[in-house]
Amino acid sequence: MGLWKDIKGTFLPFWVTLRYLFRRPVTVCYPERKQPPAPRYRGRLVLTRDPDGEERCVACYLCSAACPVDCISMQAAEREDGRRYAAWFRINFSRCIFCGLCTEACPTLALQTTAEYELATRELLQVVCEKDELLIDGCGKNTEYNFYRLAGIGVVAPRGGNPGETPPEDIRTNMP
Amino acid sequence: MNDVLLTIILIVLKLGLVLGTVLTMAAYMVLAERKILGRMQMRYGPNRVGWGGMLQPLADLIKLLSKEDLIPEGADRWIFMLAPAISTATALLAFAVIPFGPSVQLFGRTVPLVICDLDIGVLYLFALSSLAVYGVALGGWASQSKYSLLGGLRAMAQMISYELAMGLAIAPVVMASRSFSLTAVVEAQQTLPNMVRHPLAFLIFLVAVMAESKRIPFDMPEAENELVAGYHTEYSGMRFGMFFVGEYLNLIVLGSMLTVLFLGGWYGPLLPGVCWFLIKVLGVAFFFIWVRGTLPRLRYDQLMAFGWKVLVPLGLLNLLITAAWMIWRG
Repeated sequence: MGLWKDIKGTFLPFWVTLRYLFRRPVTVCYPERKQPPAPRYRGRLVLTRDPDGEERCVACYLCSAACPVDCISMQAAEREDGRRYAAWFRINFSRCIFCGLCTEACPTLALQTTAEYELATRELLQVVCEKDELLIDGCGKNTEYNFYRLAGIGVVAPRGGNPGETPPEDIRTNMP
Repeated sequence: MNDVLLTIILIVLKLGLVLGTVLTMAAYMVLAERKILGRMQMRYGPNRVGWGGMLQPLADLIKLLSKEDLIPEGADRWIFMLAPAISTATALLAFAVIPFGPSVQLFGRTVPLVICDLDIGVLYLFALSSLAVYGVALGGWASQSKYSLLGGLRAMAQMISYELAMGLAIAPVVMASRSFSLTAVVEAQQTLPNMVRHPLAFLIFLVAVMAESKRIPFDMPEAENELVAGYHTEYSGMRFGMFFVGEYLNLIVLGSMLTVLFLGGWYGPLLPGVCWFLIKVLGVAFFFIWVRGTLPRLRYDQLMAFGWKVLVPLGLLNLLITAAWMIWRG
């Protein structure tokens, strides 16, 4: 019985390989045919704008702190109306490991991943992206979120003027 | 004078033809192997260079030629440089006695389609396949590397022990055709190929040939997950290429041996003899690739035990039975 099993076990694989010889390969021939990435694929990072068209990034450095390979660097600055922004913002994609931790850390949904994955180049400095290369004209994955309308500080509208807010109490009127 | 010139021209023509065909076949065998293996594993294999990958052998050649030629420190320089040449030269020389077609009429004379129809063609083939061990063993020894040495030793032990089984499998064929000349062996198979007449010898020979060619399931000398690459670990560039080409030449030689000794050589219906010979050799080569795509590698002790405890006794028994049969039949 054991011998019969051995003999069968030797010859059955030949039939299997012969059958597979005439199967269609599963390979996707890459440069000609591209596999669409998954919806939540983590590719190149972008800086998005809020629905009003302003930059979302408030240069809080949280992404830079969360980055395990320290590839994000920036310089914070503040506009006259009190809105914070990054004077310069730089992501070194030659170091980036596309883990997406920066996008999870971002409180304003400014930093988002895209499905773009063809970043390879011969020129190393080409993959060091400055702010003008990272900033896009769009909201990315969330088209409604506007940090300054929910933060309770009077930057885009005076305090109390944002939806869901009540005007601030005049502390002088409710004194005992 | 004119007659001598014609003879020389014919010989050179035959040599060039065989050399060109065999080397091209070896190069494309590599491509065929990679493609067929790929398809068996549901991938395409090389399909970038040329039309569907048809120029891949050329690209490989250019790559190998332009690689740095390294000789490890402490290596035995001369032997290190000589070993790949032995491996390739023995494989090429073996084609001298292989008849690839019936005699043809050319310029009003009979030209046998074999470079040199030796009376001891079978022995010559054996001698060369024994010499091929030197290429591998010396290459492994001269590299000054543990892996190479182990690979070389394994190759030596394996090839010597399987050569014995191979010889025992050929003996009945030689006895039946009453000649050591390969042409005579083929002519004896005109009605029935030896595969049918000596099935046991055929099976033993097939297994021994697979072991001789150092391919899966008998690729112990190379066993890449144990010995890096075995005897050619330290070789690079065209020296490695020589080993590589030698291996595939050897595949064709062994395929031709199988064809000539057991599959009836150039005999077959309809098509001309040379075509049949090529079809059979390519069929054997496909079978080898198929085996490579199917079977796992044996363990070294299993390999040796199988050779000495199964194949050699079986071969002896087969020899005995054939001899008895021949005496009984007169």
